[in-house]
Amino acid sequence: MAVKKWFKMANLLHVPEEGDAHARYNILRRNMIIIMILVTLIPLLLMAFVNYHQYRTALRDEIVNPLRVLVNKTKHSFELFLAERLSTVSFIASAYSYQELADENTLNRIFQVMKREFGGFVDLGLIDSNGIQVSYVGPYDLKGKDYAEQSWFHEVQVRGSYISDVFMGYRKFPHIVMAVQHRSLTGQTWILRATVNTEKFDDLIASMGLDPESDAFVLNRSGVFQTPSRFYGGVLEQFPPPLPPVSYEANVIEDKGPRGRDVFLAYAYFVHPAYILVVVKPKAEVLKTWYTLKSELAILLAVSSGIIILVVYRIAGILVRRIRESDEKREAAFNEMQQTHKLSSIGRLAAGVAHEINNPMAIVNEKAGLMKDLIEYKENFPDKEKFLSLVNVILQSVQRCRSITHRLLGFARRMEIQIEVLDLNEVVKETLTFLEKEALYRNLDLRLNLAPDLPRIASDRGQLQQVFLNFLNNAFAAVEDGGMVAITTWEQDLDTVGVSITDNGVGMSEETLKHIFEPFFTTKKDKGTGLGLPITYGIIKKLGGEIEVQSKEGQGTTMTVYLPKKPKEGLGG
Amino acid sequence: MQDWNVILVDDEEEFVSTLAERLRLRGIPVRVTTDGEEALRMMETDPPQVVVLDVLMPGLGGLEVLKRIQADYPEVKVILLTGQGSTWDGIQGMRMGVFDYLMKPLNIDDLIGKIREAVGGG
Repeated sequence: MAVKKWFKMANLLHVPEEGDAHARYNILRRNMIIIMILVTLIPLLLMAFVNYHQYRTALRDEIVNPLRVLVNKTKHSFELFLAERLSTVSFIASAYSYQELADENTLNRIFQVMKREFGGFVDLGLIDSNGIQVSYVGPYDLKGKDYAEQSWFHEVQVRGSYISDVFMGYRKFPHIVMAVQHRSLTGQTWILRATVNTEKFDDLIASMGLDPESDAFVLNRSGVFQTPSRFYGGVLEQFPPPLPPVSYEANVIEDKGPRGRDVFLAYAYFVHPAYILVVVKPKAEVLKTWYTLKSELAILLAVSSGIIILVVYRIAGILVRRIRESDEKREAAFNEMQQTHKLSSIGRLAAGVAHEINNPMAIVNEKAGLMKDLIEYKENFPDKEKFLSLVNVILQSVQRCRSITHRLLGFARRMEIQIEVLDLNEVVKETLTFLEKEALYRNLDLRLNLAPDLPRIASDRGQLQQVFLNFLNNAFAAVEDGGMVAITTWEQDLDTVGVSITDNGVGMSEETLKHIFEPFFTTKKDKGTGLGLPITYGIIKKLGGEIEVQSKEGQGTTMTVYLPKKPKEGLGG
Repeated sequence: MQDWNVILVDDEEEFVSTLAERLRLRGIPVRVTTDGEEALRMMETDPPQVVVLDVLMPGLGGLEVLKRIQADYPEVKVILLTGQGSTWDGIQGMRMGVFDYLMKPLNIDDLIGKIREAVGGG
């Protein structure tokens, strides 16, 4: 399955041959960009995603754990404080007899010591087994008060001790009540009840050293504040959100805080009394480093993605351009090869046909020649003129065939190249001697611009003569009588020399220009074989040169040949 | 009638016999054969001044005959006939030392001109 998918992806790079070339390369480029971006960006994004979550978890643990420790420690301090006070009350209830405690003087003395030694005690009272306060020391007048119907009285009778929720006392200070039941050896029971103010609670919370954005408080099991909260409300007000699930070990949950902020809510339930210690820390505060890290990560990701996309875009552009260039080169080479191949196969065919025709044509020539001889040599040959003209037409036709077969064979000739060091100017001049008479007769303006210091080149004299003869023949055919034909030679560069033959003749249309190197294409109707330029083309290619044609209809033509100073490897010589 | 001694060698009987007849009409005595070996035998009995020799022949080829003539009768002039239409065989022959070459189909006046040159120069 995965393999199949990979192949599909690889197929993206396979662009169909047909269709508009420009569009094809654009598709190739687009697909290349898509694949490269996918291959590079997916691992990067995956890594960023994994890192993000790992960092978050690690940081969260780092933040949550200290919070948990803090809550546990503070809870213990609370428990210790309450246990200490409770055991003081318990100790006094056990250490003194009912009579001693019932005596308000003694009770007062004990109360003063408690206040001095432990602090926080507001009042102290003794309650008998019927719930009647027997003696009391403190700021209120509570002696004789009947507690028999109150719930805490029943609780202390069942559990032996009791710690109340916080309530507002006489001076509007929050207090708690502790009560301890004692049973003497004689079976008599009494309850010692003390009120403790909760200033110490505030001290314990302050000792947590929280930052100003955080909050810590104690709730009872009904969610009523036992200590004031910075953000949620005062003592005895109701904690608005639902209470966290019961956990006696410190626990941390994520919650919505006041003003809709995301907060960490760390809490622990007390076993006794039924309090809950809550610490609220805003997430933003806690995760400040995390947010910094997150934005750095995002910037890094964005910048590197941007760089990757830019680089991929550029590389794909360069690659596709290179591919395109090499495709075009290959295509051009292929076309050239095809042209050469076409020429050579037509050449072989032509050679076969021409050779087979040449021999019977020679016989026709001799037979007709003999007929003509016989007609001419005989004095009174009947219808002499008529027969002579007939035979002459046969002989002329043979001449026409001869010129065609000779050219065909010339085209097909697979002559070994004879490389020699030669002076190109000399070859041009030699070739011109064939045509001097025609030039003179037609009053042509022949201009020779031969570079005097043209370096000698290694090439084939005979072949070059044929090439120049061909060009000059064409030029002569193109110009009117009195026209101009110019031959120029020059040194093109370190390895190349150039020869151009320019005429001011009829020129060629663009359509004609496209076909001039195709075999059997001719504009000379019955005069041309359409083989001159293809032969020339073949020769120049064989000699390692190039041909260039410039022509404008009605203005003339320039044929330019570039020849290497030294032949390519693989040529004879 | 010229007192030239010429042998025509070409495997194409119709061609060579007709050409011979035309030459004779013009007063040039020629001996004719269609076979290279035969030509060499004819030369043994009466060496000619000029041999007109076809290049492409079955059996002993024109160039082979040429080599033997050059070896045995260095004074005999050879004019090559080439059916290839190209100048290649001719150039090859020229390199091998023939007097000249002509391409088929022939112009009879050209041939006579060449023979005259060969005989005169000799």
